[in-house]
Amino acid sequence: MIEELNIRITGEAGQGMNTIGAVISKTFKEAGYYIFSHQDYMSRIRGGNNFYQIRVSTDAVHSPREKVDILIPLTAEALKIHEKSLNEEGIAIVDKKRFKIENCGDYFCIDFYNQADEAGGDDIYVNAVSAGILAALAGIDLDIVQQVLSDIFSSKGEKIVRNNKKAAELGFHKTKDTFDSARFQLKKGKESPRYLLTGKQTVGLGAISAGCKFYSAYPMSPSTGVMETVAQYADKFGIIVEQAEDEIAAVNMVIGASACGVRSMVSTSGGGFALMGEGISLAGMTETPLVVGNFQRPGPATGFPTRTEQADLNLVLGAGHGEFAKVIYAPGTIEESFYLTRRAFNIAEKYQIPVIILSDQFLADSARNIEKFDLDRDAIERDFLSAEEAKKIKEYKRYKLTSSGVSPRAIFSLINDVIYIDSDEHTEEGHITEDGAIRIAMVEKRYQKKMKLLNEEFIDPVVYNIEDADTIFLCFGSVFNVLKESLEVIDNKKLAMLHLPQVWPINQEKIKSKIKSAKKLYTIENNAEGQLAKLLRRETGVEVTGSILKYDGRPFTLDSLIRQITETIKS
Amino acid sequence: MQPEDFKSNDPIAWCPGCGNFGILTAMQKALSSLNKDPKDILLVSGIGQAAKLPHYIKVNCFNGLHGRALPVAAAAKMVNPELTVLVSTGDGDCYGEGGNHFLHNIRRNIDITVIVHNNQIYGLTKGQASPTTDQGYNTKIQREGVILNRFNSLALAIAAGCGFVARGFSRQTEDLAELIVKAVKHPGFSLVEVMQPCVSFNKVNTYDWYAERLYRVEEDNSFNPKDMQSALTRSFEWGEKIPLGLIYQSEDKTYQERIGKDKNPFLNQDNNAIEKIMEDFV
Repeated sequence: MIEELNIRITGEAGQGMNTIGAVISKTFKEAGYYIFSHQDYMSRIRGGNNFYQIRVSTDAVHSPREKVDILIPLTAEALKIHEKSLNEEGIAIVDKKRFKIENCGDYFCIDFYNQADEAGGDDIYVNAVSAGILAALAGIDLDIVQQVLSDIFSSKGEKIVRNNKKAAELGFHKTKDTFDSARFQLKKGKESPRYLLTGKQTVGLGAISAGCKFYSAYPMSPSTGVMETVAQYADKFGIIVEQAEDEIAAVNMVIGASACGVRSMVSTSGGGFALMGEGISLAGMTETPLVVGNFQRPGPATGFPTRTEQADLNLVLGAGHGEFAKVIYAPGTIEESFYLTRRAFNIAEKYQIPVIILSDQFLADSARNIEKFDLDRDAIERDFLSAEEAKKIKEYKRYKLTSSGVSPRAIFSLINDVIYIDSDEHTEEGHITEDGAIRIAMVEKRYQKKMKLLNEEFIDPVVYNIEDADTIFLCFGSVFNVLKESLEVIDNKKLAMLHLPQVWPINQEKIKSKIKSAKKLYTIENNAEGQLAKLLRRETGVEVTGSILKYDGRPFTLDSLIRQITETIKS
Repeated sequence: MQPEDFKSNDPIAWCPGCGNFGILTAMQKALSSLNKDPKDILLVSGIGQAAKLPHYIKVNCFNGLHGRALPVAAAAKMVNPELTVLVSTGDGDCYGEGGNHFLHNIRRNIDITVIVHNNQIYGLTKGQASPTTDQGYNTKIQREGVILNRFNSLALAIAAGCGFVARGFSRQTEDLAELIVKAVKHPGFSLVEVMQPCVSFNKVNTYDWYAERLYRVEEDNSFNPKDMQSALTRSFEWGEKIPLGLIYQSEDKTYQERIGKDKNPFLNQDNNAIEKIMEDFV
């Protein structure tokens, strides 16, 4: 009996990879296992080669493996591409006839396309057949697979459900009858976390739960999933989801809605974010709360539209011309994506600034089963003048100079005076000015004073093993999980990690105090420049020994990172 | 309320004799006759001389980025449909930098009123060609004269489905105020383009130039602004005769009617308990 199983399903775009991935993930979750899945897909709707990889374990897992135990290729081409990704003991499941293969050799040959045809007369049922095969191989009850298929396909009608169940049954029994699956049988699962979510869904849910009532964006991979999640529940929560004509419109719409006192959000990827630069500056100048998600993909320009990278750190740090306070969060996990999105709304409103959530394709598209959200954490804290408070004000000044730098924010119609909001340099009343003294006061209000307060709001870095370590690995965003798991596997007390869920502003004391004992420091980043290393040097004076960098458009896997860490500490 | 109640105390930064003064007078007159509290009116602008206008009026103001007044105004109306939302923009701001937003907000038929100060020149940047500058007009940049076609905003608006298309003249403030009131009352996107001489940089399209050419379309009894074909024909008139007044009007469902009239995010901000949907993710 084994404790972990890695499965890869691969085929052409359009073969239903997402559906089968969901069916399999859910089946194992229902059977009591922990799931981590991630996706690798091409920028096309039909053809090419995509895969969906699922890691199943009796314990919590957080990162992808390099190689898999079971490969289910849906085409001969997919078999050719992915065969080399099998573990030594691994097996590829092959339809000999369809793939035109003479000799089965090390493959497990099963006529799954025939079974699909028998079950429903359509190739698409190969997905349910595969689920049946996998259940038999891993020792999961057929009932569980069939229940999952019923749940997922119930909206498509009874016939489709029946065909899918039949398909799973055929695959299941044929496997039981013809293959000795002893080496893939999983130890019995216990109860595992209930909610199966991706990093884009948790940003969407985070926004909804933070009271976001206006979402505008221009579709762009890999951020579109956030808009889909919000749109799915727009009616239920009274949210307006407006697809903008371009990213410039999207960010300006969100600023317009937010200026009206309605919590609002926009998401995009690097190219779209670049177009939003002036809008981010507008939010800084007009002191309008703004929440922007940047789901990174490899650039420059169009780059790798469907793949992953962390090369927009410099871009978001420099986003918006001029000087103003802003905050950048870099969630490392599916859960952190939820809580930091909620926090982004609170901080944006409290300080009347733009807040950027920096995620990436890998985190957005990977899924895990997680525990119930703690809805008391980063709960909604609205911050504007209520109609009651506004009544006491006679002559309202939108940009009233205060010791904190933050002016009480009134909302149109909720105050018995008019409000002037201005992108030019302005007086306290919000009218255009060219006065040098006012300029100094306003710059200090928007930048120095707010930055000072934001320094106090800095989120503590997440550390592991830090007490006795002499080597510390530093990361931000989606590298967190794979790094932590790598160190757990390596299990060396001298090696530690520090993850920055907040990359701007940087509180240097809080970082330095944690790394002062280290003899060697390395950053681990999904980019070519070592952008985090440069940020740390600029902001804290800390110089790292080196960086482990990956920029092939793919995420670090547990195995590859363990190798790289081991090599790094040897040298 | 009186037009004086809509005057702000911000000093005016336009050139003496600027066509914008007439628009300002007409706006104050129009807003005062709407019977609305200034706190429930929002005037949005981008950048340019036209974009300064909201500062001179006592209603709510959002003076944003060049070309981006429309997305701000549209979203404000979407989240708070109770606000009366107007945009003060220019030929460069609306048709040049913001051209894409002009097209797509007409498609949305969002219930806002867009007043375009059209002086056929870039004033604030000192006299370069705008999208509406006539061919052949010489500037420091277009030294051999403008070679691009003049942007026909009215024809384009009608073709894109704008349900209220009008042209005013900044010297005729009474008529202009009336047009603005009609535009605000029109349900859906309304466009009022105002011919407005730039006394500093446009030496051709002067007060007299316009006065000689502009004529009221309603003086022609056979003209029906509800007939799209005749409206389009008039919208192409330029040169010797330039039509003035309500050129085209039609009714269509507004954005708010299309998404469901009950949607009012502003009044509905406490509905956010996600517990009720979490079972969708098991």
